[in-house]
Amino acid sequence: MSMLYWLSALDLPKIPIGKWVEAIEKWLEGNAGPVFQGIKAFIGTIVNGLADGFNAVPPLLLIVLFTGLAYWIGRTRIAIFTLLGLYLVYNLGYWDNTMETLALVLTASIISIVIGIPLGIACARSDKVQKVVTPVLDFMQTMPAFVYLLPAVAFFSLGVVPGVIASVIFGIPPTIRLTNLGIRQVPADLVEAADAFGSTPMQKLFKLQLPIAAPTIMAGVNQTIMLSLSMVVIASMIGAQGVGADVYRAVTQAKTGVGFEAGLAVVVLAIILDRITQNLVKNKRKGS
Amino acid sequence: MTAIIEVQALTKVFGSDPKRAIRLLDQGWTKDRIAKETKLTVGVNRVSFTIERGEIFVIMGLSGSGKSTLVRLLNRLIEPTSGKVLVNGTDIVQLNAEQLREIRRKTIGMVFQKFALFPHRTVLENAEYGLEIQGVSKEQRRKKAMETLELVGLGGWEQKRPDELSGGMQQRVGLARGLANDPEILLMDEAFSALDPLIRKEMQDELLELQASMKKTIIFITHDLDEALRIGDRIALMKDGAVVQVGTPEQILTDPANEYVERFVEDVDLSKVLTASHVMVRAETIAPDRGPRVALQLMRDRGISNLYVVDKGRQLIGAVTAEASAEAVKAGKGLEDILIREVTTVGPDVHLSELFDAVSVAKIPVAVVDDRGRLLGIIIRGAVLSALSGSGDRTGAGGDPT
Repeated sequence: MSMLYWLSALDLPKIPIGKWVEAIEKWLEGNAGPVFQGIKAFIGTIVNGLADGFNAVPPLLLIVLFTGLAYWIGRTRIAIFTLLGLYLVYNLGYWDNTMETLALVLTASIISIVIGIPLGIACARSDKVQKVVTPVLDFMQTMPAFVYLLPAVAFFSLGVVPGVIASVIFGIPPTIRLTNLGIRQVPADLVEAADAFGSTPMQKLFKLQLPIAAPTIMAGVNQTIMLSLSMVVIASMIGAQGVGADVYRAVTQAKTGVGFEAGLAVVVLAIILDRITQNLVKNKRKGS
Repeated sequence: MTAIIEVQALTKVFGSDPKRAIRLLDQGWTKDRIAKETKLTVGVNRVSFTIERGEIFVIMGLSGSGKSTLVRLLNRLIEPTSGKVLVNGTDIVQLNAEQLREIRRKTIGMVFQKFALFPHRTVLENAEYGLEIQGVSKEQRRKKAMETLELVGLGGWEQKRPDELSGGMQQRVGLARGLANDPEILLMDEAFSALDPLIRKEMQDELLELQASMKKTIIFITHDLDEALRIGDRIALMKDGAVVQVGTPEQILTDPANEYVERFVEDVDLSKVLTASHVMVRAETIAPDRGPRVALQLMRDRGISNLYVVDKGRQLIGAVTAEASAEAVKAGKGLEDILIREVTTVGPDVHLSELFDAVSVAKIPVAVVDDRGRLLGIIIRGAVLSALSGSGDRTGAGGDPT
């Protein structure tokens, strides 16, 4: 009897987490507006700059350039796939939109790298930082991606910028995690040797830890790019243009054929980006 | 010789609140008792010693004896809990990060057990690392690194990666990296332990050869007694974090400080450690201008059958036997006529293992002479055997020929 009484006392009214989050959102909207405007302008410039750049070059010439890049970084097989894959995209008529998607993915990836690698380094250097960052990353990766869209739209309005932001939030964890891991995995005796010769922390980082951790970090960057790409369809729901929007439209209009074609363009882009980034480090190893 | 490193009551305790262990040690607690009752581990226990400029100082002990910790306290790769490390009079324990880096860059080099070469750098880039981080110009550091690689016998391998080299060669790179910035002090942490025995011996020889011209102060960590005895000018023997004995290889062998040292050294092949100077005895000599009658009398008085003939500068000229002297007296000949000039001679640093043949075939005892041909002593056959059996007075007449 008394047990039940106490248990019922624990039955608190609903904790208003949702309300709190909305209050924070409101407050930010009201008070940090200029900051968001600045970020929006900055990201918008990068995405549009890249997209305009890609679209300024005749598609066939760009295909040849990408093929050349794939050959230079990877192997012949990757180059052949790039050539055929991109030609298929061009042939199906998704070239412009695919390039817009590429611009979005590249922007999100660049932002993720610029923020993620230093953050990963900070985690590697301090157990305290790692303890704070790790649960945040878990949160970011497991919270359904759609949930980011709402505040992103609230802060940045519709368009490609909130899409980039959502992609960064979704895609950045592997870069941070694997940068952290890669640096922590540098053999202790090498770190000791660098210390014994009087390296400063920066010298140790740039001359030893980052070069040794590079393959692991690149694996993280590769994952980040893939995750960003997987966000393009979701991003199209809030107005990001590109081949993701084609997929989204096809789905809403139940056009299986169009959906498959547009989806194929995403796959081609994914494979090319994946193989090229995977080979970036391997190739460097071999070549130098 | 002057002291370059002075270690005073250096202690390292692992665990939280290490200072507490220091107080307990001062109260006379043992390392074991502290470990049992406080969960603190005493890695290095109030170690004191002085290292002279230009010597090879070996720190020897079994694994877990604290030797690798001790060597890392010397350049503060591990922070000491208490005590002092005076390097050229400066206590490095008190230095700030910047000053410590300066000492590590200029004064103390290090060579590691598992080489710890940077795998992403070429042999040359490894060797020049120490200079590179000091901001030495590319041209200058390349030149210096090439010279050092040449010195350790790696000329022509500059552009290889460490993993393309054998273990012995990798450690040569490690040695070159340690030497390239020309430090006064070189710490070598089990530097040759990972190499197979033949290569290890080769590296020891080369280190000694290099040291003869470089005159660095080398602190060499090893668990291998033979290695310690081969290369050490002095040896510090460690047990349970404390130094049990410091002394020359001979002192450690012939005068062990306690039972532990005795047990440690009992299996040593003495013939590879003791030298001619340890077993030689004083030689009875005569000047060449004396007659055979005097020689005979001297031999009778001393109860010996040979005399060594030396000039005023103690230069060995030859030897005479009692038999020949007696005949010379009868025949009225001089000492010159019966002088045996073909006396087998050896240097004072020749190991006993290399003496066996000479000693066993010589008709008259082998003479020990210095590099200017002066007689230092002689080696009686029985003395070699008794030294090796460990019985009797191992040191013989020592290095004192008078």
